[in-house]
Amino acid sequence: MEQLIKKLTEAYGPSGREEQIREVIREEISDLADEIRVDYLGNLIALKKGTASGKKKPIMLAAHMDEIGLMITHIEEKGFLRFTGVGGIAPSRLTGARMILPSGRKGLIYHEPLKDSSKLTLEKMYLDIGVETEEEAREFVTIGDIAVADEPFIVLGNRFLAKALDDRIGCAILILVLQQMEKTSRDLYFVFTSQEEVGLRGARTSAFGIDPGLGLAVDVTMAGDTPEVKKMDVKLGAGAAIKVKDSSLITSPLIRDKMIEIAENEKIPYQLEVLPRGGTDAGGISLTREGVLAGCVSIPCRYVHSPGEMVDRRDVEGAVKLLEKMLQQDLEFPG
Amino acid sequence: MLIKELTEVPGIAGREGQVRELIKEQLKGQDLALSGDAMGNFYARWEGGQTPLLMLASHMDEVGFMVMGYDNSGLIKFAPVGGIDLRVVPGKKVYLGDEKTPGVIGVKPIHMQKKAEQNRPFSRQDLLIDIGASSENEARKKVNIGDQITFSTTTEFISERVMKGKAFDDRAGCAAIIEILKSRPPVKLCGAFTVQEEVGLRGAGVAASNVGPALALVLEGTTASDVPESPPHRYSTTMGEGPALTIMDRSFLANQKLNQRVMELAEREGIKYQLRRTSIGGTDSGPIHLREEGIPTIGLSLPCRYIHSPASLLNMDDLQNMIDLVKTILQDIAEGGFPIGTTY
Amino acid sequence: MDLKSFIERISNSLGISGCEQEVAGEITMAWEQIADEVRRDNLGNVIALKKGKNSHKPPLMLAAHQDEIGFLVRDIDKDGFISLDPIGGIDPRLLPGQEIKIWGREETLGVVGARPPHLQKPQDREKAIPLEKIFVDCGLKKEELEKKIRIGDAVTFHQKMGWLNENIGYGKALDDRAGVAALHQVLLELKDRTTPLDVAVVATVQEEVGIRGAITSSFALNPDLGLAVDVAFASRPGLEKEMTLNSNGGPGLEIGPHMHPGVLEKLKEVAGEKEIPIQLIGVPHPGGTDTYVMQMNRCGMATGLLSIPLANMHSPVEVIDIRDVRRTGRLMASFCLQADVEFVEGLKCL
Repeated sequence: MEQLIKKLTEAYGPSGREEQIREVIREEISDLADEIRVDYLGNLIALKKGTASGKKKPIMLAAHMDEIGLMITHIEEKGFLRFTGVGGIAPSRLTGARMILPSGRKGLIYHEPLKDSSKLTLEKMYLDIGVETEEEAREFVTIGDIAVADEPFIVLGNRFLAKALDDRIGCAILILVLQQMEKTSRDLYFVFTSQEEVGLRGARTSAFGIDPGLGLAVDVTMAGDTPEVKKMDVKLGAGAAIKVKDSSLITSPLIRDKMIEIAENEKIPYQLEVLPRGGTDAGGISLTREGVLAGCVSIPCRYVHSPGEMVDRRDVEGAVKLLEKMLQQDLEFPG
Repeated sequence: MLIKELTEVPGIAGREGQVRELIKEQLKGQDLALSGDAMGNFYARWEGGQTPLLMLASHMDEVGFMVMGYDNSGLIKFAPVGGIDLRVVPGKKVYLGDEKTPGVIGVKPIHMQKKAEQNRPFSRQDLLIDIGASSENEARKKVNIGDQITFSTTTEFISERVMKGKAFDDRAGCAAIIEILKSRPPVKLCGAFTVQEEVGLRGAGVAASNVGPALALVLEGTTASDVPESPPHRYSTTMGEGPALTIMDRSFLANQKLNQRVMELAEREGIKYQLRRTSIGGTDSGPIHLREEGIPTIGLSLPCRYIHSPASLLNMDDLQNMIDLVKTILQDIAEGGFPIGTTY
Repeated sequence: MDLKSFIERISNSLGISGCEQEVAGEITMAWEQIADEVRRDNLGNVIALKKGKNSHKPPLMLAAHQDEIGFLVRDIDKDGFISLDPIGGIDPRLLPGQEIKIWGREETLGVVGARPPHLQKPQDREKAIPLEKIFVDCGLKKEELEKKIRIGDAVTFHQKMGWLNENIGYGKALDDRAGVAALHQVLLELKDRTTPLDVAVVATVQEEVGIRGAITSSFALNPDLGLAVDVAFASRPGLEKEMTLNSNGGPGLEIGPHMHPGVLEKLKEVAGEKEIPIQLIGVPHPGGTDTYVMQMNRCGMATGLLSIPLANMHSPVEVIDIRDVRRTGRLMASFCLQADVEFVEGLKCL
C-alpha cells in the first residue's frame, strides 16, 4: 500500500494537466479492468463488467486524480515567476514551499515584503527558480505552465505525510478495491476524475456518459482534531467518514443509512461527517441527468490544500473494506 | 458599418430582441438555416463542407440597467444588470426601454455635497435618471418597471484604428461570426448568438445542447489592462496585440493541445495573437465545455480597454486578426490538420 | 384537503434541504387525492402529474421548493453542548434564546444558549454572536444525548404555524411552503378541468443549498414551458419600496432575464380576465429561485416567476397572507387552462 501511495502522490498532475498521473494509474489497473477509456475532459474510466451487465444501471466510483497547483501568468525581467491558483489555495500555506514545474525545474515560493502578513495574496507572491533574467527563465517555463508542490511521501507511524493526498489517497483506495473485487451483478465503473479542484468538472461529464444508478466518491475531508480548529467531530485514525453533507452534496439518507448499517454489521469503525465548506465529485454526480443517488466515503485529512497533507493508515484500510462490503452486497436501488 | 450598428442597439440580458433582429437581417439570403430557442439564443447554420459540426459562439447581451421604480418627482430608480462599477455611471446619457426614451443620470451638485461625501463613490440610492417627466404619473406613461436601460454612446473612430463605443463585449464577437459566416468557409458550422452571458453564463450551455458540436470556438471581449496603475504581472491582455487565447479563467481550463495548434497556425500565417494572462472572470466557454459528456472548446477574446463602461476602446486590427485567425482554424479543420478528437 | 389545513401541515413538517422525506410524505398524501399520478425521484422531488388533452407533448412544469433552511448537528462536545452547521442562508442573530427541535432517533427539544447580560462586558453586547460561538443545550449529558441524536441530524426552529387573524399566518418554512400551497391550490382548481397540455406540478428539493432539485426534475420532464412560484420580501419599514411587494396585493410577477416576455404578457392577460390583482417587480439578477436552473435545462425552457409576499424571510416567524397564496394558485391554474400547443410553440424566438 505504501508503495502505491508513494507512486501516486509523487506524480505530477494538476487540474487540466492530468496526463502523467493518468498514465501512472493506467499502468496499475490495466490488467484489472475489462475496458479502459479516456473521455474528452481527461477522465480515466475503467469498467469491471457485472453478471447483469446492461440489465441494471451501473455503479460509478470516483476519486479525482488532479491536484492543486499554481499557473505561471507572468515572467519578470529578473526571472521571477508570477502565478495564479489552480484550485483553492490559501496563500499563507505557500510561503517557503518548494515547487516543481513541468520541465522538472524546481523553485521556492516567497512574497514581497509585507507590513501585515494577514494581507498576503497570491498576487504578492512569486516563484524563484534560481535564474537571473526573463530569457533564462524561458528555458524552463512557458506562460500557462502549472507548478505543483515538490514534497516526498513519508510514513510517520500510522500516518502518511505527502503532497496531493487530496485525492491520490482516494485513487489508491479505488485501485485497492479494484484489485480485490469479485464479480458483482451490476457493472462497476472506476473513474479517476479530472478537474475536481476547479469545480467537480470531470465528474459531471463522466457521470453524464456513464449514467449510473449510484455514485460513490472517495475523497479527503477536513479533520477537527488539531489545536484550536473549528469544531467538527472527525478525527484521524477513528475510521473512514461517511459524508452527511458538504457544500456540493447532502447525501441521500437511503445511501447514508445503508453505509452506516454495513459499517456496523461488519464492525468497521466509521465517523459521520458534516463538512462546513468544500465539495466532492459526489455532488457533481448527483445532479447529472434525472438525478443520481450519491454518497461519499471520506478520509480525514489534516492541512488539506497545503504542500504537506496528512492521513491515517487505519482510515484508509477501513475505507477499502467498507467499499468492498458495500459493493459485494448487490445493493438494490431504483434504476 | 456593422460594428457600429451592432453596438448602438440596446440589449441587456433577457432583452436581446433588437440585437437578434439586426443579426437576422444581416444573415438573410446567405444560404443559412436560421432558428432560435425559447431562451432567446439565435442560430445560423452553414453547410459548407464535410467536416464535423463546429460552433462559433458570441453573446448578444451587454451590461446595463433595469427600471426599478419612480420617485414622486418623476425621476427613475434603477439597478444594474450584469457587472457594472457604479463609479462609471454618474453624469452619463442613457436610453430607456425598447423605444429608446432618452435620459440622463443625475447627481447632487458638488457644491451641495459635504466634504466627506465627496470622498465616497455614489451609491445606487444616490443616482436617479431624469427623463424630463415632472411627476410619477408622467414617468409611468413613458417607461415601465423592468424596462432596459443602456448607455447611449455613439460608436465612432477616435483614431485611425481605435474605435470608441459601448458593448464591444460581445457585439464585436457577433460581428466576427457574421463576417465569418458570410465568407462561406469550407466547413459545417453553426453560428450561435447567445443570451444572458453577463448574468451568469446562462444561454451558452443551452446553445451547446441545441447545436451539439464536435468543437466550439467562443469569441469574447475581455479586459485590456495595459493602462496606468496596473502592474505588468497583472495585465490580462494588451490592446493592439491581437486576439487573446484563453489559458484559464474561473469557468474554464483550456485544452493545451487545441491551444497549441491555434498558436502554430497563427505563427504560420503571421497573425498577431496573445495569451490571456489572468484567471479572473468567466466566459461562455465554461458551460459549453462541460455540457453533457464534454465539448472541445477554444476561447478567443478581443482586448477591450474600459470594458463594461459607457466608453470602451477596441482596436479594429485586433478584430480583423481574430476573424483571420478563426478562418485559418476553419480552413485547417477542413484540411484535417486540427486535432478535434483530442482529450485533455 | 383545503388550502389552510394543507399549509399548516406542511409548515409544521420537517424538511430542511436534503431531509425532505417528512414534508414530501405530507405533500404526496395530499396530492394523490387530486392529481392523476404522484411520484418521487432520486433526489426526492415530488412530481404530480395532471393529464391534459395533448399528452404526447412535453408537460407544462410548475415548481415551488419544499425544502426549508435549518441546521445539521456538526459536533457534540464532552459536556453535551451541540454545535450547528447552517443549511441555507440563515442569520445567526436570530438564534440566541430560540427554541429548537432536533429530529434524531427521537425528536429532542433544546434551547440556544445565551450568556446572561450580567456576565458580559458592555462592549460585547454591541456585537452579534457568530454561529461558531452559538451552542444548543438539550439539558442532557453527552452519553444520554447520543442515545437520541447523532452527528448529521436535522435541526429546525421549534415552531407551530399560527394565525394572527383569519388571513395572516405565521410559521417556519413558509419560504417556500407558501409556494407549495399555491401549487396545491392549482391542483384544487384544476380538479375537474382538462388543460390543453399535461401539467407537471413539482415540489422541488434542495433549493436553499443551490437550486438542485429543479435541475434534475427539469431534466426528467424536459418541458418547453415552466412557471415557478417562490416568496419575495413583503414591504416593511426600512426596506426599499422597489424591492418589495405589498401583502394582500396579489402575486408579484418578476420581470427580469428569467421571465420570458411572452409568458409575462400571458400572465398579465389572464390576471386581467380573472380580475386577480398582480404586482410588477423588477429583478435584475435571475438567481436564487428554481427558474434560474429551469431556464437553462437541456435545449432551453421558457420560464416565468411568480412570487408571494412574505415578511421576516428565513426566520421562525415568516408571515404570509393566505389570500395571496390563493390568488397565485388561481392565476397559475387559469394560465394552465389557456397555455396550448400553439402558445408554447410561439415562445421560441423566430
